[in-house]
Amino acid sequence: MTEPYTRRELMVVAAGREIHDHEVVFVGMRLPLLGFGLAKATHAPDAVGLFENGVIRDRPAEAFIYTMGDPPNIAGAIACLGLMDVMCLLQQGRVDVGFIGGAEIDPLGNLNTTRTAAGGATVRLPGSGGGGDIASLARRTVLIMEHEPRRFRQQLDYVTSPGHFHGRRSGGPSTLITTLGVFDLSDGRFRAASLHPGITRDAVRNATGFPVAIDDSVPVTRAPTADELAYIRHADPLGFWTGEPMKGR
Amino acid sequence: MHDGDSVALGLALESGIPFAAVHEMIRQGRKDLTLIGPISDMAFDQMIAAGVVARIIAAWVGNVAGGSGYGFRRAVEDGVPRSIEVEDHSNFTVGLALTAAAMGLPYLPTRTGIGGDIVKNHSRIRPIDDPFGGAPLLAVGALRPDVAIIHVQRADEDGNAHLWGNLGLTVEAAYAARRTILVCEEIVPKDVIRSDPNRTQIPGFLTTAVVEEPGGALPSSLQGYWRRDFEPFLEYHRVSRTREGVEPWLRRWVLEIPDRATYLDRLGESALERLRVRDQRLAAPANFAP
Repeated sequence: MTEPYTRRELMVVAAGREIHDHEVVFVGMRLPLLGFGLAKATHAPDAVGLFENGVIRDRPAEAFIYTMGDPPNIAGAIACLGLMDVMCLLQQGRVDVGFIGGAEIDPLGNLNTTRTAAGGATVRLPGSGGGGDIASLARRTVLIMEHEPRRFRQQLDYVTSPGHFHGRRSGGPSTLITTLGVFDLSDGRFRAASLHPGITRDAVRNATGFPVAIDDSVPVTRAPTADELAYIRHADPLGFWTGEPMKGR
Repeated sequence: MHDGDSVALGLALESGIPFAAVHEMIRQGRKDLTLIGPISDMAFDQMIAAGVVARIIAAWVGNVAGGSGYGFRRAVEDGVPRSIEVEDHSNFTVGLALTAAAMGLPYLPTRTGIGGDIVKNHSRIRPIDDPFGGAPLLAVGALRPDVAIIHVQRADEDGNAHLWGNLGLTVEAAYAARRTILVCEEIVPKDVIRSDPNRTQIPGFLTTAVVEEPGGALPSSLQGYWRRDFEPFLEYHRVSRTREGVEPWLRRWVLEIPDRATYLDRLGESALERLRVRDQRLAAPANFAP
């Protein structure tokens, strides 16, 4: 019997499980900040985290952080370099996995965080940040998103972070973690790898604006362990990131 | 600062944002500025909402803890309080543009962005062939800001700057800019700088002016001096949803106060005490004996 957990906690756990031991990880904002710490604290003690502000860490932040620049993410770092240093490592192919969030996604795993006319009038979104770079240059990327019909679109108005475009030489999205499930995007697929507890296949289909492959035998996303929940609640004690609902970005 | 200048700031990303200088530019009613930076947190949004910005060259404009930058959205979507031009980038392409200028080169090649829309029909990014026969590349043109404004922990009176923690694009911008303005927590004797020359990230001859303005980066953090003050970011995100909400905020926190000292007074001593770093975790000494 596992204790109750939120959907965000489940997503953090799913993100953490995408990190393998000894990997070099380009850690994104928000949930991946926790996912990296969780992986370090559990199954990937020798993973190394790069942050786009130039920080390199081999252990989680020392206290709750809102941003990667918060002092507990600097204290105890292995190195504090510059943005170009970590971006060049990314471009060189030294980064195994990078995390990105998006406002909208298409079947090829392209992400839009720049502008959208999905609701009629054009809405200006914040932009790429480092997302476009991670999508272009990491050996594989893990995407994290809210799963809503308006966000899962056959055709995007703008591709901020490229997915499996024609002619892509390497890298690309491998996994998408949403509020409804975990999806395999490797090699241009869009296939459900697991659905979160209580989520039906129809719920996923109705929330996805394009066809998604869901096997009859699709498993339920594995619940967080007690250790995983303990880490998340230590790192996010007030549930700022992992309470319900997730803040929009 | 002059009207029409291009200004690089917020270069360390979420920390060390020179909010005191940002607010002073708003108070002075600067016009038609171009803002340059990787991600900007709410500093760019405040300047856009105040109407001092004509153009943005950046990878991301929003509010890191909250999400959308509503001032940015109003300016782009509705031209309120004025319309702005946006040159979209990724963090890496902003960095490459500044680095090219810092290296004295017209452009730098990269592979980032291929397959996406940022680099299509971009005024500063163009496809090029690899002269050594490799795969196609993109060239990112040099970007030389008129001014870089950089908040550092300490500097001497000649503008030799010690800074530590995440550097982001701070050093590249200082090298690229025509003028570099340092804001520091403390002006220290030159002997302090000489004691640890590896920590000098900006040599003084690149520095145009040094301003001692403790707390000038609040509510962003500065390693060893100030914690991040979370609530002002969330409060600004809430009130800036509408023009009617952001204007009283700008009056209260920017326009109706004369300077940063008054801003800190208004925050109150108990808030400052909560934010000030009192603990010490000192680096091990490095022996520079000849």
